[in-house]
Amino acid sequence: MKGYRRYFTKKLMWYLLTLIVAILFNFMLPRMITGNPVDQIVKRITVGMHDTDNIKATYETFYKEYNLDKPMYQQFFIYVGDVLQGDLGTSFSMYPKKVSDILKRAIPWTVAIQLPAIIVGWVLGNVLGAIAAYKKGIFDKVIFPITLFISSIPFFVLSILLLYGFGVALEWFPVGGAYNRTLIPGPYWAFYKSVLQHHFLPFASIALIMLGGQGIGMREMALYELSADYVKYSKMMGIRESKIVKYVFKNAALPQVTGLAISLGTMIAGALVTEIVFNYPGLGLTMFKALRALDYPMISACTLLITITVLLANFFVDVLYGFLDPRIKANQIEES
Amino acid sequence: MHILKILTSSFKFMLGFIILILILSFTLLYPLMNDADPFAPVGAAFEPPSAEHLVGTDNFGRDVLLSLAHGTRTSLIVGVLAGAIATVIGLGLGLFAGYKGGIIDEILMAFANMFTVIPPFIILILISVSIQTRSIWMTAAVIGITTWPWTARAVRAQAVSLRERDHINIARLSGFSTWRIILQEVLPYIMSYVFMCYVIQISTGILSESGVSLLGLGPLNTVSLGILLNWAILFEAPVAGAWWTFVPAAMTVAFTTFSLYLMQLGMDEIFNPKLRS
Repeated sequence: MKGYRRYFTKKLMWYLLTLIVAILFNFMLPRMITGNPVDQIVKRITVGMHDTDNIKATYETFYKEYNLDKPMYQQFFIYVGDVLQGDLGTSFSMYPKKVSDILKRAIPWTVAIQLPAIIVGWVLGNVLGAIAAYKKGIFDKVIFPITLFISSIPFFVLSILLLYGFGVALEWFPVGGAYNRTLIPGPYWAFYKSVLQHHFLPFASIALIMLGGQGIGMREMALYELSADYVKYSKMMGIRESKIVKYVFKNAALPQVTGLAISLGTMIAGALVTEIVFNYPGLGLTMFKALRALDYPMISACTLLITITVLLANFFVDVLYGFLDPRIKANQIEES
Repeated sequence: MHILKILTSSFKFMLGFIILILILSFTLLYPLMNDADPFAPVGAAFEPPSAEHLVGTDNFGRDVLLSLAHGTRTSLIVGVLAGAIATVIGLGLGLFAGYKGGIIDEILMAFANMFTVIPPFIILILISVSIQTRSIWMTAAVIGITTWPWTARAVRAQAVSLRERDHINIARLSGFSTWRIILQEVLPYIMSYVFMCYVIQISTGILSESGVSLLGLGPLNTVSLGILLNWAILFEAPVAGAWWTFVPAAMTVAFTTFSLYLMQLGMDEIFNPKLRS
């Protein structure tokens, strides 16, 4: 356990450092824009205003609100303090709504799409990949090349194709949004049904790509394991085939966990585009709208939130991996 | 020449190569046959494919096939440039870190790891939002500097495995400088690997460009595959049923990345004999 604690602390410190860098990025980049964002918002708000005093007053209010009258390093600490308190600032484009309130409504939709899609894609992909490696035949000859193609398709391409194919052309599923606009959200069956119908296509487009990528990785790993000496030996010993498959699967699945950790960042960020295609009211769509309106507080809140989620997910996988893989524990014990 | 001969015998490599050549020749030849301005409207909005406009027109009545040819070219240029930038940075840092080891290695790799954990796409968005004059070159540069850590890590792993080889020890004992050893003794061994990394980075570059352009943060005053998709979404082409405005662009992205991926798979099987079946 001592070895594991060392591993854990090391990882924790490392992720904290990464978090600090990420926050710094989120703080710095939008502030490096020539001119300042306040000019833009004031310009928009004061359209039609003729009284210069009024315009000036508006300008100063905003200037103060975003603390632009203070030096950069103070702004940074104020920013970090606010973020820690969950205050992500005020939206430009939907002034005076709080960014955190807008995001609070968006996050559940994103989680509802991505979490099940990633889990289903990962599990199914690994099972199918293992079967393809083990059974060969039709699985390997036909399904593998198809998966190869699907997994090399970017998220948004698959989303667009699914949206057009099943939504517009076949009309099997609704073409956008999270539920039928004519329904009032509430705990009744028709609403749930509508939510599920709208959920399916974006869910499927993420799950399918996840499935493809994982399936290919698993197939490769399983092929490698199948040629290992312990498999031959077990076969010679007459151990039941299902048991050997279990061993192979277990050994091959471990690297897949790391694979998941590495791809998670790209996954989550990429899947946000899916929301834009389906007009799904999650983080991705919120960010898209914010980008179009140059709503800087909102943009940086979205990117920060996504980064933190990815960091947390990675950290979680790393911690879990330390538990699962005896080699890591052994390494740490050796080191200490 | 020997390598070329082996490569042509790989089905995967050749299939990918042929798809890529087809896409390339379309982007190079079609603008020669139709030298009109891709931004000029030629018909009504969302005209379906016809003899006159083979792939129909888009929301402003522009010819989709022509935009597609110009857009694919932009995307390919961005991909090739971004891939080159990422490969140069990643190769330099990866070689140095892998060969040197020690504290430099740890710092460089911690840095590279950090920028893989913070999603590159997010950094790409943040930088793109901050730059107001985005040219094709600028977009490529930004993509390159967000995607290099992957190459750095891959190259480093290769360099580490070479570090203790005899010929390198001899070079070291002969008093060769670090860079001379890296360039003359380490690099030639991993050239094929680096080339494969470059191919992957081109496809990452194309994907990043189309992703970031789809968000409306792509290069300005030009058309690219991502920009075509951005227009389609902004003007609700999918709901309008105008599949010709986005399906061809989407499929071009898919086939370009797929062809590069296939080529990489084929090369991997050749240069990495363990994978040959």
